[in-house]
Amino acid sequence: MIAQHLPILQIVLPLMAAPVCMVIRHPQVVWIWATLITFLCLPISIALLVQVMAEGVIVYELGGWAAPWGIEYRIDKLNAFVLVIVTAIGAVVMPYARRTVDTEIPVSRVYLFYTMLLLCEAGLLGITITGDAFNLFVFLEVSSLSSYVLISFGKDRRALTAAYRYLIMGTIGATFYIVGVGLMYNATGSLNIYDLSKLIPELGGSRTIQAALAFLTVGLGLKLALFPMHMWLPNAYTYAPSAVTVFLAATATKVAVYALIRVTYTIFGTVDILEIVPVQDMFMVMAVIAMFVGSLVATYQVNVKRMLAYSSVAQIGYMMLGLSFDTVTGVAAGIVHLFNHAAMKGGLFMALGAVAYRVGGVRLEHMAGLGKKMPWTMASLVAGGLGLIGVPLTVGFVSKWYLIQAALEKGWWMIAVLIVICSLLAVVYVWRVVEVIYFRPVSEIAQEAKEAPLSMLIPTWVLIGASIYFGIDATTTLDVAFAAARTLLGDGG
Amino acid sequence: MEQFPGLIPYWVIMVLMMMGLYIVIAHGNLIKKIVGLNVFQVSVFLLYITMAKVEGGTAPILAEGIKLYSNPLPHVLILTAIVVGVATTALGLALVVRIHNAYGTIEDEEIDKLEDQT
Repeated sequence: MIAQHLPILQIVLPLMAAPVCMVIRHPQVVWIWATLITFLCLPISIALLVQVMAEGVIVYELGGWAAPWGIEYRIDKLNAFVLVIVTAIGAVVMPYARRTVDTEIPVSRVYLFYTMLLLCEAGLLGITITGDAFNLFVFLEVSSLSSYVLISFGKDRRALTAAYRYLIMGTIGATFYIVGVGLMYNATGSLNIYDLSKLIPELGGSRTIQAALAFLTVGLGLKLALFPMHMWLPNAYTYAPSAVTVFLAATATKVAVYALIRVTYTIFGTVDILEIVPVQDMFMVMAVIAMFVGSLVATYQVNVKRMLAYSSVAQIGYMMLGLSFDTVTGVAAGIVHLFNHAAMKGGLFMALGAVAYRVGGVRLEHMAGLGKKMPWTMASLVAGGLGLIGVPLTVGFVSKWYLIQAALEKGWWMIAVLIVICSLLAVVYVWRVVEVIYFRPVSEIAQEAKEAPLSMLIPTWVLIGASIYFGIDATTTLDVAFAAARTLLGDGG
Repeated sequence: MEQFPGLIPYWVIMVLMMMGLYIVIAHGNLIKKIVGLNVFQVSVFLLYITMAKVEGGTAPILAEGIKLYSNPLPHVLILTAIVVGVATTALGLALVVRIHNAYGTIEDEEIDKLEDQT
């Protein structure tokens, strides 16, 4: 009985739990409640993924109204995989959040913080699970509005301006997205994504549909911080509270990438986009520039959190590069990188959160000599950094291996070379941090620092451990990613 | 000739949309930016409402004698979007209040100067 309703429970659970936080108000009880909910969401998404892998697409009609009139949740291999990423990160962030919240957020506002975190998770899951283009917009705004609030919780006053700027950019992005949806509705009379994918090919050449595609890609491009629409990201990540940075960096941009995959490969999948507008070429150019500019700017940052934020811009470039290949290997590499990057970046930002908790800052001078003071936290930072570079036995290597393979399949060896050069840039910025934490004397600020508490260390190592485990044995993630990519590109499977 | 009067609403919507976007980009005052954002969003509401109009149709009310009515779906969709727009404006203005408390100004350039100092 319940198994049948898992798709809706996935959303309703965090969505309804959020207002309950407002009623509870007690900081510790709210934390227990929110943690419980995220722990319940994870098995649901795993059950859904297992079911989808075994039996194929799950369709859930809300209120029994059949699509395309009613709203349906449609879960295939791709969004089941993204659901697992989001819920897993949510479940790991919650136990971690308690300590950082104690130091970073006033006690009187803690319950609001958890309300927003649950709402944000509900919104992100909603974007992923829904099969309705307008419903996607609503969830997009649920997650965006709550993430603006979450960012503004930051202690530094610059968190406020970062949240404000993100609000402006995010709203423009979301509004562009509904313009696109409106134009599609105008031309087809449908809002159901699956239905649209069947109706659009006949109209592929029409100007309305082309304009819709332009609005949709630019709107979602703003949300996923594709270069040059990434300006909101570095400040938002840098000044947000530690737990928020971990959560947003590991999930928000990934879900936006997922939404873009849906638009380009499902809705417009059967149209030969290249014949209308060279969308894929544009993605590739922007992806390569993002990889370079992101990595280059990262190399001269003194704030390590900001450095990782710019590295995120670069990593989003890798994902988009994979998607722009339009081949099974390329798309699968992009999809698997969603997971891989979530694990690495989540773990890295958690390690930085631990530094901020013990030392009070995450600039390079705060981190000097911490290798001796906080050996486990620093080891996780190094392990995550190796993943960003793409050293073998880490997930970063798996992603880059398949990206390069996809490039060579197409005969674009220049792209393969560019990927390697960008990895070398990653060596530069990761090394700067490693040098400071192991080969410099302990700074005065960090004299009193000791190892991070277990409640922070364990979640950090869960993510870093995952980034190593799935680097050594990537069969599970790759199987799902390849199966999803095959479905998207219509090669059966 | 049919094209000309029929497309006027879309021209108006596009002009309004670009005006809104221009205000967001060009104005340094944080409240004016939010006003621009509102103009921008309203143009999209109008886009949906225009789409829904059926020539000669009445309001979509189920009653005797009404055969031709406008498409109600976009109206409902835009009701949702209006709510979202209100929430965004409220949150944006709340942030402006807090920015004013923290910086003592709501001019973009002055905030940039203050941020560079720290």
